Amino acid sequence: MRALLLSLAALILMAFPALAQQSVADILAANRDQIEKPSRQTIGPVIDQLAASGDPAAAAVLTAWEAKQLGLRESDGAFFIVEKSDDGWTLTNPDGSPAGTAPKGDIKELKPNAGVRGLIATALVQFTLSDPDRAKRLAALESIAKDPKADALIPLRAAIDAEPDPDLKAQKQRLERLLTLRFDPDSAARVAAIESFGSELGLDLRAALNPLVATTRIAFAGDLPAGSNLARTLTPGSDLTEVEAYDLLVAANMAPARLTVEEARKALVTNLNDGMVGGVALADLNTQAARDTAYTALETAGIVPAAATDAEVTAAVAAHRFAEVYAEPDPAVTSAAAAALSGITIKVGTMQAADLALDAVSLASIYFLAAIGLAITFGVMRVINMAHGEFIMMGAYTGYVVQQFIPNHTVSILVALPLAFAVTFAAGVAMERLVIRHLYKRPLETLLATFGISIALQQIAKNVFGTQARPLTAPSWLDGALTFNDVVSISYIRIAIFVLALVFLMFFLWLMKRTRLGLEVRAVTQNPSMAASMGINPDRINMLTFGLGSGIAGIAGVAIGLFAKVTSELGSDYIVQSFMTVVVGGVGNIWGTLAGAFLIGTFQKGIEWLNPSNTLAAQTYMILLIILFIQFRPRGIIALKGRAAGD
Amino acid sequence: MSRTFFAKNPSVLWFLLILALFTLAVTVLSEAYGVAFISTSFVKTLGKTLCLALVALAMDLIWGYAGILSLGHMAFFALGGYMIGMWLMYARTDEIVVAALAQGGLPATAEEIRQGVATQIFGVVGASDFPPIWYFAHSFWAQIALVVLVPGILALVFGWLAFRSRVTGVYLSILTQAMTLALALYLFQNDSGLRGNNGLSGLQNLPGLDAVSQDDVSMWFFWASALALGIGYLLLAWVVSGKFGSVIRAIRDDEQRVRFLGYSVEGYKLFVFTLTAVIAAIAGALYYPQAGIINPAELAPIASIYLAVWVAIGGRGRLYGAVIGAAFVSLLSSWFTGGRAPSIPLGFYTIDWVDWWLVILGLSFVAVTLFAPKGIGGLFDLATGLRSPNRRGAPLGPDDGALMEKEAKE
Repeated sequence: MRALLLSLAALILMAFPALAQQSVADILAANRDQIEKPSRQTIGPVIDQLAASGDPAAAAVLTAWEAKQLGLRESDGAFFIVEKSDDGWTLTNPDGSPAGTAPKGDIKELKPNAGVRGLIATALVQFTLSDPDRAKRLAALESIAKDPKADALIPLRAAIDAEPDPDLKAQKQRLERLLTLRFDPDSAARVAAIESFGSELGLDLRAALNPLVATTRIAFAGDLPAGSNLARTLTPGSDLTEVEAYDLLVAANMAPARLTVEEARKALVTNLNDGMVGGVALADLNTQAARDTAYTALETAGIVPAAATDAEVTAAVAAHRFAEVYAEPDPAVTSAAAAALSGITIKVGTMQAADLALDAVSLASIYFLAAIGLAITFGVMRVINMAHGEFIMMGAYTGYVVQQFIPNHTVSILVALPLAFAVTFAAGVAMERLVIRHLYKRPLETLLATFGISIALQQIAKNVFGTQARPLTAPSWLDGALTFNDVVSISYIRIAIFVLALVFLMFFLWLMKRTRLGLEVRAVTQNPSMAASMGINPDRINMLTFGLGSGIAGIAGVAIGLFAKVTSELGSDYIVQSFMTVVVGGVGNIWGTLAGAFLIGTFQKGIEWLNPSNTLAAQTYMILLIILFIQFRPRGIIALKGRAAGD
Repeated sequence: MSRTFFAKNPSVLWFLLILALFTLAVTVLSEAYGVAFISTSFVKTLGKTLCLALVALAMDLIWGYAGILSLGHMAFFALGGYMIGMWLMYARTDEIVVAALAQGGLPATAEEIRQGVATQIFGVVGASDFPPIWYFAHSFWAQIALVVLVPGILALVFGWLAFRSRVTGVYLSILTQAMTLALALYLFQNDSGLRGNNGLSGLQNLPGLDAVSQDDVSMWFFWASALALGIGYLLLAWVVSGKFGSVIRAIRDDEQRVRFLGYSVEGYKLFVFTLTAVIAAIAGALYYPQAGIINPAELAPIASIYLAVWVAIGGRGRLYGAVIGAAFVSLLSSWFTGGRAPSIPLGFYTIDWVDWWLVILGLSFVAVTLFAPKGIGGLFDLATGLRSPNRRGAPLGPDDGALMEKEAKE
């Protein structure tokens, strides 16, 4: 520590040669009154003097002062670092040598208030930056980074070379450059610091650069005021509206305030005289032009204060020029900062595009998951099941109920997935047997009957579980997000859903192409009578297929419930999008459903990006786009050809 | 050709007679012009029910006769309501603002009035300027024209796009549902220009008629609704009775064959779609002044599906069926959800109809679809002894519409 402090002291000696002579004890003695009763307003110079004294004891004294451990011996006015002992005080000289003990009454404890302690802490930063404790150095760095100040620059520079930890050293160097580009008096050094970053993405860099290119708008007559750093000139009408331009003039006291309609009205009413005001009859005052004339007449007569009417505003704006100027006076720095920021903007834009793509993929996998059950019931069997959304909801509620019995979230999800499948499979089979079987020839009525079931199920869920949202909590290892950098990140739940969607895609492909059941399903959907002749029982296959599609909806429900709120309306939020996904993708083809989900996911995220404040509008435009899309490819992205296409 | 239209369609006369008697009865029993047996709010409910019957008629034409299950007609209904609501709200607020400005000592400028009205109407969504779509809101006749034009043009464009690319059957249903959803989501935004989810309110107050009590106003709207329903019924009965009606029924049964016979299927469908959209909009324009408030929730896809439910329960393919279904289900529905139906205590659980009515409705809808495809209107067939062939049993041939086993035996 000695060595560190000495080297630090040496550096500070170079920086402040004039102050280097005084020892801490001298300074304390010289400023006794102030130190005894410090006030936040006046103590600053004393603290600075102590910190800059170069005396190795300064850090210890300041630390003790901040910790209320500095004491004053009333008899001779000497300062000590004091510690309570059994029968009084144990004293230590400012330079660290022991100074014996003192009875309780001899020593006056110094208790600086919080404001003063804050000032001391700031002064201590330069010492803590070289503290042997790594955690303290880190904390000091963080406190500087949080609130960058010009006076932190010199101590920070001094603390870099002696830093033993390479990590911390890099951090210090980075912070030093961030401070340099804002506070260094030398313009060239600042430009060099800005350029040294290139187009890095760090938020701290952007936070440091943005104030450099901050602009204010000014109005002026004639030439630009000397010493201002012009960003661009503004033309009223195109760059700024006339109203804004005039407001600038008013703010700069270069023009009288505008005559507001309300004020004009009041002035005219007060000066109403025999049904006339300013030479205009009361009944004629129902246009703005007439009121302006009357007011100008009053103004000329000196009855009312001068205020600009519309015509005067236009004239005043035309007589002045307007410009945006940088708050930072140095043009070299502002242009370097602007260039660096534009580089960063491009890079951030690319990263945002990547982030958007990730979002789109994750939304697409949610839609795919919601739609894959429909791809079976609607896509393969051509049965419109409006209650599909309610099957998703049943799956989510199954997950919720399971979590009531199994508190461990990981286990409960693992139990809920097959259970949700079982519940919705059973519901699907029951529905197929009882209702849909009778309506295969009447698709429109299937739609309505399943819709009836959908409202009934939704209302039953509302009656059983209530209207408020129920939580379905994800296991803790799915918390958090995979972060690539400050811009690109994706939460683990979304990754899990993506993986689940992939698993289902594989499962579907395997089931349809590689199993006996899949073969029979394809046979029955293509030609039930022919399949029946071959010994397949179409009733059984239809039942199983429908149950399978419903079961997958149940599993999707558990997955969706993990990130959305589980309510009775959960399903209806997804039903239209799910049908759109299947229709846009192309009925009867799982790859089509996949393509449809990606198309819709990308559409929606793209529109949200164009208009980020408004997800409702995004959904509106997405649906309109889909309706238009179906105009051009009525059979979807991947259309079946030949006999499989049916009619 | 010797028989008149009414002779061929006796149900039309019966319907008009019953409607006239009903209107007369309500008038006699009303608070405004009769013995005050029926409360004004119930007169409003009945008037609204007549409007719903009118939109159900339109739904029956497009679904029961032309076979197009549109899940978007309540959107046209609500659009009609919005169009008339814009004028009602503008004119009412205009009166209030002019009265308030007259206190100020100076005659108000046109700009001041306009600003005041805009602030009054749009303050709730944080805006103070009129959106462009309110350009005609000051003019009653312009907005009346828009009641017909906006839904009509929307239906024309949407229908042209959909029918042109041969979107049929359930695809068309889903597409119309998507259109409704898109429209509803759009109107839910605050910057849609129609006050977002606040919707338009205070529509029951007619501008310039502050002195007239709601008792009278609701009767006027009741008469207007009854008149509209009567004219609508007559018009639709005439449309479906002639050659045109035969063509659209043929389209419902086999679109392909009609096309091969040389008819422009798309043209017929488009005409029916647009006509029914306009009728729905007129019904909406009469409905919402009686309801007093309109908001985007009225456009939710579920509303259009309920419309289909009414028509299905009443009986598709017969106009009086649609009217019966709409009146029966909507009145029953308001009775159950209004909390007037007594709860049934089962000892372990009390069935509260507010909660369970939708379950009953949903399941009864399944039952009607499965067991009584003709709906309530089918009862009239029973009464008059009409019976359709029993097409049960397995089909004898591979195609749809082949003779069934039991049919062949008879």
